[in-house]
Amino acid sequence: MARVLTFQHAINEALDQEMARDPSVILIGEDVAGGQGADGEMDAWGGVLGVTKGLYGKYGGRVMDTPISESAFVGAAIGAATAGLRPVVELMFNDFMGVCFDQIFNQAAKFRYMFGGKAETPVVIRTMMGAGFRGAAQHSQSLYSMFTHIPGLKCVVPSNPYDAKGLLIEAIRDNDPVVFFEHKRLYQVEGDVPEETYTIPFGEAEVVREGNDVSIVTLAEMVHESVKAAEVLKAEGIECEVIDLRTTSPMDEDTILESVENTGRVVVVDEANPRCSMATDISALIAEKAFAFLKAPIKMVTAPHTPVPFNPNLEDLYKPDAGNITVAVREVAEYQTSWVTTTSKN
Amino acid sequence: MGDNHIQKLTMPKWGLAMTHGKVIDWVVAEGDPVAAGAEIVEVETEKITGAVEAPIGGILRRLVARPGDSIPVGGLLGVLAEPDVNDAEIEQFIEAFQPEEMEETGEDQGEVPEFVEVGGRRLCYLKRGAGDPPVVLLHGFTGNLNNWLFNHAELAKYRTVYALDLPGHGQSSKDVGDGSLGTLVESVRDWMDVIGVSRAHFVGHSMGGAITLALAEQYPERVLSCALICSGGLGPEIDHEYLDCVVEADRRKQLKPQLEKLFADPAQVTRQLVDDVLKFKRLDGVADALRTIAGQLVVDGQQAWMIGDRLQSLAAQIMVIWGAEDRIVPATHAKNLPTAVRVEVLEGCGHMVQMEEAGKVTRLLQEFIASAAEVRR
Repeated sequence: MARVLTFQHAINEALDQEMARDPSVILIGEDVAGGQGADGEMDAWGGVLGVTKGLYGKYGGRVMDTPISESAFVGAAIGAATAGLRPVVELMFNDFMGVCFDQIFNQAAKFRYMFGGKAETPVVIRTMMGAGFRGAAQHSQSLYSMFTHIPGLKCVVPSNPYDAKGLLIEAIRDNDPVVFFEHKRLYQVEGDVPEETYTIPFGEAEVVREGNDVSIVTLAEMVHESVKAAEVLKAEGIECEVIDLRTTSPMDEDTILESVENTGRVVVVDEANPRCSMATDISALIAEKAFAFLKAPIKMVTAPHTPVPFNPNLEDLYKPDAGNITVAVREVAEYQTSWVTTTSKN
Repeated sequence: MGDNHIQKLTMPKWGLAMTHGKVIDWVVAEGDPVAAGAEIVEVETEKITGAVEAPIGGILRRLVARPGDSIPVGGLLGVLAEPDVNDAEIEQFIEAFQPEEMEETGEDQGEVPEFVEVGGRRLCYLKRGAGDPPVVLLHGFTGNLNNWLFNHAELAKYRTVYALDLPGHGQSSKDVGDGSLGTLVESVRDWMDVIGVSRAHFVGHSMGGAITLALAEQYPERVLSCALICSGGLGPEIDHEYLDCVVEADRRKQLKPQLEKLFADPAQVTRQLVDDVLKFKRLDGVADALRTIAGQLVVDGQQAWMIGDRLQSLAAQIMVIWGAEDRIVPATHAKNLPTAVRVEVLEGCGHMVQMEEAGKVTRLLQEFIASAAEVRR
């Protein structure tokens, strides 16, 4: 257990081990081989950030480079999945999903439903997300809520290397389409990862840190910012419970509600834009099912409703961080309901 | 060790990953007398909460670490001394204290688990200390070599001590064959052959106790003594529901209440402990391995293998240790044993007695192994 891997290597290992275990697992995408057909195949680049490096040398034709044509290769992967393969297709940035929405939303997500439960589409769509990479507005968005919205898709948003490996293996073995979001800023994060293969079930949130004062519900890179904030707040006497969703579809409602029932105060932290987001979705869940337990209004910490700025200073301001989270938690922790104040005055 | 009459109390190292421990609370007040082995201060690590015990008797003269402090392994927690030592000497001792860094790094190098191929399986074990004949620690069902976290290093001060991950457990291969006790016994014996251990003192917990007994019966020349902790094989009763639930649980919520049965105080089951078991159970092959073993261990709700009257004819000396509140295998199995068997039932402890009363159990084992070694000579 004591072996340390980066998030990026954990993903590479999951792909490697599943390809070794199951010959029907294939990789498709732009540059996933990288250098295919040229000399030095073992050194092939392996994706724009090297996540699939080494796999082409090992598995040859099962790692396929594609033209820059997302609708074609995502469609091909979905078709291959219906025909018995288990493709893992890499769609470089989640920002490019727009060009293949039909393949994902209308085809992959609907097959099981429209063919009376008889069709299976075991495809995994791996994609990079997230701001903080100086990648500008078309390479930096966090679009998991759009896919969470569609019935028939499963959405995974891991925050650490251990989860990345276990959730990716689970995704590959799952018989339904899974969109797997990899935050670029997490690729170099290190953590303990067992060498053996293992799976983490979808729909189980992880309580990263226990606390009785304020619940912080979050995901992906924001888990790390929330933990930093929790450390600062602990010194002030505010104990935060930090919940890492891990998957947004299915979503572990019980863990969220149980935590809020205990604390009565909640901050939802989501790197994405605020409208129709995971932040609003989770807030609605709590308002609907745990309203009686709330001691303060639900607070959301999100990006503003703007594209991700290219200017580095603006990008840093755009993204929620431990500072914003700390301020929000304090506000929620200190909140007194007005009727209490009124009655005490009279 | 410092002056003869002043004794430091330092942060222990419980397990490979431990670098710091957090002081929860002092059990003894400054100025109070303590007996050797008494619990003095509660310490919490990421993995587990435990008590640091007095290395010698004396007066607890200074609490250096305060509740809430995070202290590195080997760092000073407090100072024990006789009443005649004056305060100035104590102050001087604290001033001059240097953590034993050299010792730490030396220990770390020796603390890497090793792997060997045994009959097509990869078995993992951790070797500590030096001196023959060695001791072998065998954990129970769903356990691993870390179950000896609080005992291993202390026992290894006097002799070589191996802790093994049994097939299907810890970092060993998840192939358990038919999962029978016989298969587990054979793999322990084969492992001894591979690492070149002809005979050893055995300490077995729960299922590891049953393996120890069967090994002693089949290969008496390999087993010098048997220390059996909350052992299987001594009676029919067992909480089979625990075994079934632990095998099938794949969520924290299902697992936690089961693990709480292991300790007299359920608060011992930390989030980290549940996490570790859950992470183990999620490895490919583990659920099948555990199911296979459980199917052999328990038949019709009772232990499938019992040594019964044959216990009397075992050549090896035997000691039995039990937690009085064991909810997995009842402490009644420690009753009505042959008079030659030394029996220790510890109050306020459950099934994980070697963790719950680590200091006491380690001392009992130490004494027993030393005396058994004498007799065999």
